[in-house]
Amino acid sequence: METQDDPIIRVRGLVTRFGTHTVHDGLDLDVKRGEIIGVVGGSGTGKSVLLRAIVGLLVPQAGQIEVFGDSVRVTSEAEYRALRRRWGVMFQDGALFSSLTVRQNVEAPMREQLELSDDLRETLAGIKVRMVGLPENAMSKYPSELSGGMRKRAGFARAIALDPEIVFLDEPTAGLDPIGAAAFDILIKQLQASLGLTVFLVTHDLDSLHAICDRIAVLADQKVLAVGTMDEMLEVDHPWVHEYFHGPRARAALSSVSKSGAH
Amino acid sequence: MNNPANNTAILQSKTVRTQLEQDTLVFEGALLIDTVEEVSTSLSQSSPDSFSSIDISALSQMDTAGAWFLVDQQNQAEGNGRSVEIVGAAPAQAQLIETVRQSMPPAEARTPARPSFADWLEEFGRRVMRGLRMTLELISFMGQVIATLGGIIRHPRRLRLTSVVHHCQEIGISAVPIVALMAFLIGVVLAFQGSAQLRQFGAEVFVVDLIAISILRELGILLTSIIVAGRSGSAFTAAIGSMKMREEIDAMRTLGLDPVTILVVPRVLALILMLPALGLIADISGLIGGGIMSWIELGVSPAVFQSRLVSNTDVWHFGVGMIKAPFFALIIGIIGCYQGLKVGGDAESLGRLTSASVVLSIFMVIVVDAMFSIFFAVVGV
Repeated sequence: METQDDPIIRVRGLVTRFGTHTVHDGLDLDVKRGEIIGVVGGSGTGKSVLLRAIVGLLVPQAGQIEVFGDSVRVTSEAEYRALRRRWGVMFQDGALFSSLTVRQNVEAPMREQLELSDDLRETLAGIKVRMVGLPENAMSKYPSELSGGMRKRAGFARAIALDPEIVFLDEPTAGLDPIGAAAFDILIKQLQASLGLTVFLVTHDLDSLHAICDRIAVLADQKVLAVGTMDEMLEVDHPWVHEYFHGPRARAALSSVSKSGAH
Repeated sequence: MNNPANNTAILQSKTVRTQLEQDTLVFEGALLIDTVEEVSTSLSQSSPDSFSSIDISALSQMDTAGAWFLVDQQNQAEGNGRSVEIVGAAPAQAQLIETVRQSMPPAEARTPARPSFADWLEEFGRRVMRGLRMTLELISFMGQVIATLGGIIRHPRRLRLTSVVHHCQEIGISAVPIVALMAFLIGVVLAFQGSAQLRQFGAEVFVVDLIAISILRELGILLTSIIVAGRSGSAFTAAIGSMKMREEIDAMRTLGLDPVTILVVPRVLALILMLPALGLIADISGLIGGGIMSWIELGVSPAVFQSRLVSNTDVWHFGVGMIKAPFFALIIGIIGCYQGLKVGGDAESLGRLTSASVVLSIFMVIVVDAMFSIFFAVVGV
């Protein structure tokens, strides 16, 4: 049984392969309860693949993945269902069901997992939609009528519909304008605090990494190359990591953070 | 809560109790989405409406639904003119309650008005207008395709020959087995049913005329068109529609490529070329089926069947069937491609329009077939 200090997600020796292409080779990662961990890495280093392996959408070739102290892979269907209720996933671009309205999208997991009266379910779904900062009139809209940023918010609302303990966010700020991205960062931070979430964040957004992540895990060379705080990342002596955190964009993001920190 | 054993017990039990102590409503246990309905019913039964504070210090767990329930209780009490405060919340719980409070639904809940006769009339009018507009668009789309076709005849280099050949393969060659089998079976059925009726009059040998005329003139091409509409018309809509969804069509336009030239014309042209060929195959295989069945059922030998077929069946019966084929091909191709280009951003519309494309093209094929029947009757062929 898990205790408070055990990692909430524990990945050991993960190997995933597509044909002859090895994505992960002996990858280890621990995620602590209540933290926001940012996973970064170049394109094709398997950030999304790692996410999919952890939530059980993809069966790895080898390795152990434990979430809440239970293995994801060997559980029975019933146990897996119970496990699934305790996490929420937001895919890139929301992955909303296009035939349902925003409110119905948020209701979908409640409808599947719980037996609630229609009124209560609608009310709770409405609260979740407002929590992610969508306007009142967005409730009855279909995903195709929403902007990219609103779709991401709606996807986030669906991910937290059942008050999960972990949310997995796949590039939540990609494709958003800087204001929208910053607002989304704040939203993640706020809801993480008020719902007590653990957030597994796959991102490329250096501003997000600075602004909200407690720790950062860098994927490269088919492994987690380094894990640590932003300051620790700046010290890492690997060419890719160095380039990533010392490149022109990183410097810009860093300097803006230190400026706003000085105020 | 830090104690794992205690944690498990609560997770397993997931119950919540309420208790009225003087004017404080005390909650105990886990106020979660699973339990909130239960506590709501038990509260409404005991209806303690005199409490002035809610004590949640004994709550081990509370989620958004629980927080909503507390805030809702508070709001209801305020509606009755009492003020209720929530006490004993841990910092995290207080924050959650505050977040939920800001996300509560607006007080005045709008109830949708019942649809009146005027609404029904409006909806009906909208449907009619939508239908008319679609007809107009369809006709103008057909004009556009025909104009593009005409342009290609004048400048043959614009034609995407590879694409046409590919679609000929898809529409024509791949459909041969199903079309041949279907027509063969129709021939068998006609011979069988026809002989049973004609035998009553001792006119068995006329079954040859029955089979020949009905298959050559109507059934061969009509049933082929229906199969092609189901097979290829739907494929056109789905293929073009999914390209539309992924903005490939828009990308083509920005590159100066005309989607009609690239996507629609090769498909329509391939259909116009292939449908008569498939119709011919259907005719032949229908006659073979009918011939075999007449031989088995009525003893009409293949030689007799052939000589009666040649002497009694005007070649115009075959001509009438073949004349219709390109028109049917045009209808199927135009409707399939048009519906594909109408697909919007969502997967739902792709499915809806694919099915609409098949239904509409089969319907239009039959309508045009009826018009041809009248036309040929008038001109006396």
